[in-house]
Amino acid sequence: MTEHDIELSVNGTTHELTVESRTLLVHALRDELGYTGTNVGCESSTCGACTVHLDGDAVKSCTLLAVQADGAEIGTVEGLAEDGSYAPIQEGFQKEHGLQCGYCTPGMMLAADDLLERNPDPDEDEIREAIEGNLCRCTGYQNIVNAVEFAANEMGETASPEMTAADGGGDD
Amino acid sequence: MYPDEFDYYNADGVDDALDLLDEHSEAGTTELLAGGHSLLPAMKTGLSSPDVLIDISDIETMQGISADGDGLSIGAMTRYSDLVDSEEVAEHAPALAAAAGQVGDVQVRNRGTIGGNLAHADPAADLPGAALASDATLVVHGPDGEREIPADEFFFGMYTTDVGPDELLTRIEIPSADGAHGAYAKKPSPSSGYAMVGVAALLDTDDDGITAARIGANGVMDHGVRLSPVEDALTDGSLDGDTIEAAANRAGDDLDVDMMMSDLQASNEFRAQLLEVYTERALTAAIEDGSSSVAAD
Repeated sequence: MTEHDIELSVNGTTHELTVESRTLLVHALRDELGYTGTNVGCESSTCGACTVHLDGDAVKSCTLLAVQADGAEIGTVEGLAEDGSYAPIQEGFQKEHGLQCGYCTPGMMLAADDLLERNPDPDEDEIREAIEGNLCRCTGYQNIVNAVEFAANEMGETASPEMTAADGGGDD
Repeated sequence: MYPDEFDYYNADGVDDALDLLDEHSEAGTTELLAGGHSLLPAMKTGLSSPDVLIDISDIETMQGISADGDGLSIGAMTRYSDLVDSEEVAEHAPALAAAAGQVGDVQVRNRGTIGGNLAHADPAADLPGAALASDATLVVHGPDGEREIPADEFFFGMYTTDVGPDELLTRIEIPSADGAHGAYAKKPSPSSGYAMVGVAALLDTDDDGITAARIGANGVMDHGVRLSPVEDALTDGSLDGDTIEAAANRAGDDLDVDMMMSDLQASNEFRAQLLEVYTERALTAAIEDGSSSVAAD
């Protein structure tokens, strides 16, 4: 059994740690580094509760070895809020009742945030496709879609007017 | 849920990966790790317990898509999301672009690779049919150097290909289908999202109708297959619904229904019916919209 010294940047903070070969990224984040916002759900890359950002892309951290993430920038739910204020996606989930039990919520928000990075003005089909890899057993998804739309509007409104006009009102 | 213990090595080149394969061939079972979205779940449930894992996903010469006038060269470790985002793949390999867009979900497509998909050869994976329809050539490196395997000769059976235990699939070459119509129509499993049936179609057309057709299917047999009777029925046919329906009705002509995949979600007889329906949908989608993809249920 080999062990590996790795470096992870989590929400901008660099951590050095030693992991077994078989340590999954989600366990390194939760058990070694204390980022317990990322949940473990199905353990089979189906439910998306463990979704984090790996160098900017949404990935399922239960299906990735920690050693594979050596040197990567990881984003978790703990990194969404800035200066004590909710990020637009968090505000959307609160305002639109995008959660009930909340177990899927961190992964759902990270998947949605990845979408809004790529596509600031998604339609409903695009939102549903983006969260296809995240299961919610409470909400029936409609309020989650509404929450993502809320965040997209919020982010569109805070973009500068010049930019909004220049890129055609936020359309791709 | 931890996998059993294993040793992990990160290969920094093709030769390094081959050396590691050779070095550990006596030590027990060795697996190559690409995107890991088939292998790691299997290791977590104990279905697979390799002693050594060789990570090939960072090998630089196995990344990316390059296009010249004749076609595409795609590194085996290119991720699905890069195939989906690529204008070159959309232009030169529309059936592959459509199929890659229907693999798993966003997170899976951000990790899984074209080479991992084809070399793993899951019968229900989405890319074997598209590789066959796209007339892909799979380039394999081994101790004796490089060899090229046509997609038609690559798949042997369930999880079995022509890639030897001391070899490595490094890239996929695809002749340009610029101007052809391509599509992939899939009946996904409601639980896993894998293809119960998936049909990839690539059609060359001119003003008179269809000049050439390549149709590949996955999810039906224990490995991806060409649907030659459909191809024959389409070639020199017109672009109307009757031709397409008649061709699609021949989808199972060369296949033994008794040998088709059968599981809790679909019996072999039901798959045979789905195959005709999804062949027709793939052909219709290809004609209606150059590179559209259909995921109907």
